[in-house]
Amino acid sequence: MHARHSCHQRFLPSASKVQRCILWLLTTVLLVTTGLLQAGEDSDTLSRIAPVGVVQIAGEPPVARAIPVAADAEKTEPMAAPRPSRSDYPNIGVSSRAVVWILAQLHLFFGALVLAVPLFVLIIELLGVYTGDERYDNMAYEFMKISLTGFSITAIFGGSLALALFLLYPDFMSYMMHVFGAQVLVYAILFFLESFFLYTYYYGWNAFRYGNRKWVHLSLGLMLNASGLTIMVVANSWATFMMAPSGVNEVGAVVGNIWEIMKGPLWNPINLHRFIANIAFGGAVVGAYAAFKFLSTNDSEKRAHYDWMGYTSNFIAILAFLPLPFAGYWLMAEIYAYSQQMGITAMGGILAWLFIVQAVLIGTILLAGNFYLWAGMSRTEGSGRYKGLIKFIAAVLVVCFLIWVTPHTLILSASEISLLGGSHHHILGPLGIMPAKNIAVNLMLVVTFLSFQLYRRSDKVATVSWAPMGNALMVSIYVVAFINIIFLGVYYGYFTNTVYKVGSSVAQVATTLVVIIAGIVIDTLMFKNAKTLPSHWGRIPDRAQYALFALPIAFTWLMGLMGYVRSSVKTHWHVYTVMKDNSPDNFIPTIAYAGNMITVVTILFLLCVLFMFWVANLSTTKQAKPTPAVAGGVA
Amino acid sequence: MSVLLKTLGFSLGLTLLFTLVTYILPQVEGEAPVEKAVDLSALTMDDFIALGEDLFNNKGTCTLCHKPAPLGRAPDIQGADMVSLSNERLADANYQGEAKDAAGYILESMIEPGRYVVPTWGKKGTNDTESPMPAVDKSPIELSSIEMDAIIAYLQAKDGNEVTVSLPSPEETESVAGAESKAPGSAALPMPAATAEEALGKFACSSCHALDSTDTLVGPGLVDIGARLSKEEIRQSIIDPNAVIAEGFPAAMPADLAEKMTVKELELLVTYLAEKK
Repeated sequence: MHARHSCHQRFLPSASKVQRCILWLLTTVLLVTTGLLQAGEDSDTLSRIAPVGVVQIAGEPPVARAIPVAADAEKTEPMAAPRPSRSDYPNIGVSSRAVVWILAQLHLFFGALVLAVPLFVLIIELLGVYTGDERYDNMAYEFMKISLTGFSITAIFGGSLALALFLLYPDFMSYMMHVFGAQVLVYAILFFLESFFLYTYYYGWNAFRYGNRKWVHLSLGLMLNASGLTIMVVANSWATFMMAPSGVNEVGAVVGNIWEIMKGPLWNPINLHRFIANIAFGGAVVGAYAAFKFLSTNDSEKRAHYDWMGYTSNFIAILAFLPLPFAGYWLMAEIYAYSQQMGITAMGGILAWLFIVQAVLIGTILLAGNFYLWAGMSRTEGSGRYKGLIKFIAAVLVVCFLIWVTPHTLILSASEISLLGGSHHHILGPLGIMPAKNIAVNLMLVVTFLSFQLYRRSDKVATVSWAPMGNALMVSIYVVAFINIIFLGVYYGYFTNTVYKVGSSVAQVATTLVVIIAGIVIDTLMFKNAKTLPSHWGRIPDRAQYALFALPIAFTWLMGLMGYVRSSVKTHWHVYTVMKDNSPDNFIPTIAYAGNMITVVTILFLLCVLFMFWVANLSTTKQAKPTPAVAGGVA
Repeated sequence: MSVLLKTLGFSLGLTLLFTLVTYILPQVEGEAPVEKAVDLSALTMDDFIALGEDLFNNKGTCTLCHKPAPLGRAPDIQGADMVSLSNERLADANYQGEAKDAAGYILESMIEPGRYVVPTWGKKGTNDTESPMPAVDKSPIELSSIEMDAIIAYLQAKDGNEVTVSLPSPEETESVAGAESKAPGSAALPMPAATAEEALGKFACSSCHALDSTDTLVGPGLVDIGARLSKEEIRQSIIDPNAVIAEGFPAAMPADLAEKMTVKELELLVTYLAEKK
């Protein structure tokens, strides 16, 4: 401990040098970027927007201002969004939307993966530095190794997507290029930066492994993440501009600068939502790798390693997943604030049925995550204390899951309506609306956190004197939270008008967050210097590993589904309210069609990921030198 | 290999299970609004009312929000007699609009929904001073004046009230036909002015007002308008030109001028004129 402390002190001077270097680099990048944006902006906007009002020097007579003649006005008139007719869309014999759908979704899957992995790799590496445990470093390196090919695959799908868009939607892409201008070049520059940091970070892992060089390596990782996240937020601005355009007038002519175009009302909610979702998704995918390796070996040491790797991945995925619904709430609230019509299209209109599928997927994720934690309790000898609670947690999860998937309305025949006594069942009908589902989802999150908390406690015995009081406090918090979530949902959901239903969900979410934060704080304090019970990595049933396959499959399908919903709320608009989609595919397809498309992209992604893992393992495989044939062996 | 097959089988099975869920849900396609060719010259009032109902349920997207309680996010229109309800609201002290009858009120509520916000249905946090409803003549709904009249006719007729809106006139019919025959392109929509100078040109202010002198054309010269009138007075003289008429001038300024402007155009003009001192 002491040695590590002094070691950190030794790092400090060079760390500050590195920080100065990073600051210098960041400042340069920022200046270059701002300069580029400014240059594009100046040349474009100054010639277009004349100052409003009279400009004059104090004491001087007013400057005569000529009203532009019609020809001048036409010359300076900003370009409105194009209005292509159906014949302006090239026909290649297959659905253009399907082609773009597959390429965009695969690009997004891999983009999410390669943005997320370096993020938690950096954190794991930092953890290795602080704990002095080399296993963290090795695991972080292995995570990078298995996702390295993913960067190339992301770029391949990204390039293909761009080509497909330019080919199939030329007017739309021409408009987007006109609106975003030089920003797309900044995006390209960021790829160079990301590649530089990626390769130096990965290939320099062992060259910069110890001492001051480790800080250089960590800084490279930081810069890799900074460039990757900047790429993400830049690309997000295109998607959010299409949903809620800003910086343009009602006919789509550019009237603002690039910053005004980027910072639309949905940009930050999408940025946050994607950032968190990427981490959960990345954790789930590498967890599946660990599960596969665990099942493929009988070597107890390797099983212990991959069990630990799988546990860490699941931990990352579930931890990131818990706050995700709250980011989703924020996004939906902003969508409603921007356009109530758009919000209702998503949540109460034709796309509303997709949220039943979402419930099935999130239910699968929570059940799989919980099951993995319960199965993992067999690793520790102190888990017997908590096993009795598992059946209650399972019951809450199942009941809440069933409430969540209860639809509000069903298409019924006349005889079914008469049997049911109306279009809605008198007991199950009320479970179909959002207040019931809000109660269900919050309770599911609370009990998932409880599973996690029990798992974390199962190999420890608190030694602090106030442990009984701490436990009582924790139990009280759970009880009050349960009552509060149910009361808020029932009272505001069924006894007040619609506006308050949405408002009450914020209080429910806050309650769930209080439980999570209070649980972390209480456990951190209560289990400080706790007695540790023996824990055996690798001692987990094989069936638990299938939970680690269920997670990425459900995450991938969920991302495909919600990406489709996000894109479809624009209905028949390329850019909502300013550029109509007149292509043959400008309708919202049936749910089954969307389901087929999502399944196709999920399977393609699964195959690409298998290839990525196979390539990663290929690098460690060395063919044995062929034994020379014995001369005259057989007479 | 068996591990690979088992895990692949499990993963594919789960994927197909999710797909199956999408198959057991109702299969509905969301068509983009189709431009229907309606022969306006041969339209009867019954056709017009039916057109209004169709617009109300489809292109107008009214039923997204206007649903019966507790599902609606806006007052239930189809379940209420909108004519008697409109008359009640016109008599309400909180009414800030200019409509004189039910048809006028319904039209106003479609293009300027903020003129009267039904209590408890205002935008969250505005204490019912702002309406969450979009103007239906703007994007993304973009109803034409004929289409809005058709909706008014439907809302009046559905409860047995007299339909007071008229069928499209031959001139309107001709103008719609003319607009449809134009090739689609950005020129089809009037471009909002980006500067005050553009707005002055667009609304032909200089046809009646000298901008750089005090010379009288049809209306007074505007070179020193900022010294004579405050910003509020200038705004009022554009929005409601007949409220105060400059001495010795006829009431010749178009009363509907402001209705043709965007809010931004109006503000550009007001700011520009207020600085002419």
